Amino acid sequence: MSAAAPVSERTRVWRRFQRHRLALIGAAMIAGFIGLGACAPLLPIADPYSVDALNTLQPPFSPRHVLGTDEVGRDLLSRVIWGARISLIVSASAAVLALAAGVVLGLLAGYLAARADTLIMRTIDVVMAFPYILLALAIVSALGPGLVNAMLAIALVGIPPYARLSRATVLGLREQEFVDAARVAGATDGRVLRRHVLPNVLAPTIVMFSLDIGAKMIATSGLSFLGLGTQPPVADWGNMLASGRSYIAVAPHLATFPGLAMFLTVIGFNLLGDGLRDALDPRLR
Amino acid sequence: MLVPVLFGITVVVFLIIHITPGDPAAIMLAGSPATDADVAQLRHQLGLDQPLHVQFATWVWRALHGDLGRSLALRSPVLPEVILKIKATAVLALGALLLSVFLGILAGVVSSTKQYSLLDYLVMLLSLAGVSLPVFWLGLMLVMVFSVTLGWLPASGMHAPAGGGTGDLLKHLALPAVTLGAASIGVVARFTRSSMLEVLRQDYVRTAQAKGLSTGTINFRHALKNALIPVLTVIGVQAGYLLGGAVLTETVFAWPGLGSLILKGILARDYPLVQGAVLFVACTFVLVNLVVDVLYAYLDPRIHYQ
Repeated sequence: MSAAAPVSERTRVWRRFQRHRLALIGAAMIAGFIGLGACAPLLPIADPYSVDALNTLQPPFSPRHVLGTDEVGRDLLSRVIWGARISLIVSASAAVLALAAGVVLGLLAGYLAARADTLIMRTIDVVMAFPYILLALAIVSALGPGLVNAMLAIALVGIPPYARLSRATVLGLREQEFVDAARVAGATDGRVLRRHVLPNVLAPTIVMFSLDIGAKMIATSGLSFLGLGTQPPVADWGNMLASGRSYIAVAPHLATFPGLAMFLTVIGFNLLGDGLRDALDPRLR
Repeated sequence: MLVPVLFGITVVVFLIIHITPGDPAAIMLAGSPATDADVAQLRHQLGLDQPLHVQFATWVWRALHGDLGRSLALRSPVLPEVILKIKATAVLALGALLLSVFLGILAGVVSSTKQYSLLDYLVMLLSLAGVSLPVFWLGLMLVMVFSVTLGWLPASGMHAPAGGGTGDLLKHLALPAVTLGAASIGVVARFTRSSMLEVLRQDYVRTAQAKGLSTGTINFRHALKNALIPVLTVIGVQAGYLLGGAVLTETVFAWPGLGSLILKGILARDYPLVQGAVLFVACTFVLVNLVVDVLYAYLDPRIHYQ
């Protein structure tokens, strides 16, 4: 009998993830949408901005337009595929910004002196005291409507959960022996944070991140739906829903397909996030 | 904690107008045939020509006395307008909250007592769908099915044009409340399920079983009572979420609430209106959470707040 080779933690996490069927389905769904969005310029589909006044509001399965056309005759399939591009980029960027800022603030609050901690965490408390969408709306109202401003607003109101989570993790790590050892060995605060604390903070924040992209997608699209995010004629799911709303009685497919795409993407991220959480920390099940 | 948070909220809301790139007065009057003198007058009227701390102190002082400023678009004081609209938002949010509490807890209990059954998987699937649905899309789809196709329920507004009683209000409320509540139903169901599963493994539940009590009595009288304590916190968070999330739902259904008012204010660049309404909602949100915390301590005697 040969002794089993020692298995690293990373391999174990990967194996647990591979056994998680729902997570794999989620990952496949997301990969599908990312693939479609990334390959949009290469696919044999119509130009998402090409207007055709003679073929407006065509129903799904019409000749040359599988999903039909919108109110100015643009191909809906093409717009949904191109919309994946913008919607994914905007929501992922908002989540990345929130993650980066949140982790930095959390690290600083958890590791630095008490005064910085109090200042950062009290500010976070105040931001959390607002209903999420409401504060984003207020920020967009000040900055002015637009894609970048909407993304910034959603990122800004998304910082607190990341900051709280990473601070809590750092507080636990600060007392650990390997951190003391690094400090005794002469590592500077910056080096200890970068090399020893940050890698341990990333695992829980990545789980939060994967669950968060879906929420960010709903939030940024929501702002676009209200007319405060991406502006027409840009092919973005939230934007398309907003214009589809006016035609809900005569051409329901205009609102159905972009929303369905968004719904499936968000489900994908939620399944993936649940799977990552279970794989990284089986005790949390 | 309450006072610093409320103070922080006023600072943030106050600063909204000041992070605007450019002169807020000029932006607010953009598009109208306003002269430089008009802009200067508006700047003076809003107090923007004074030092920042003076502006802030004045603004807070007035807000404490119930003066949230004058809306430029509506040409009337902000507070009465906000109070007028909060009723509609409260009706909507309360309807959604009741749905999420009732359906969420019911679904959570059912799926926890039948763990790994088909029903359990169905409830979990539906709750996943609930939290993944964009509210504005769900609203549009419900309108498409129940208003446009079936013609059962009205698609927009709060009352029939000719007016109507409670029945009419409930008919108008049905779709918006389901739309707004869908995500919360899912969240509450998930939490109730996991909290119930934990409680059902406790010794006292086994004791109750050993005494020969019926499953219904054990599930509802013994287990649910304790399982609900953590669920209550979630419900509190959801109450606040419903208040804020109402903005999108109100837009889809043309519900005449605070969300619609805030959006109107934003699109008209009516800063006093936006500031006043946001301040009002944020303070309400904080107070709702405070009530939940107090309730929490009341229901669970192990918790004490100093």
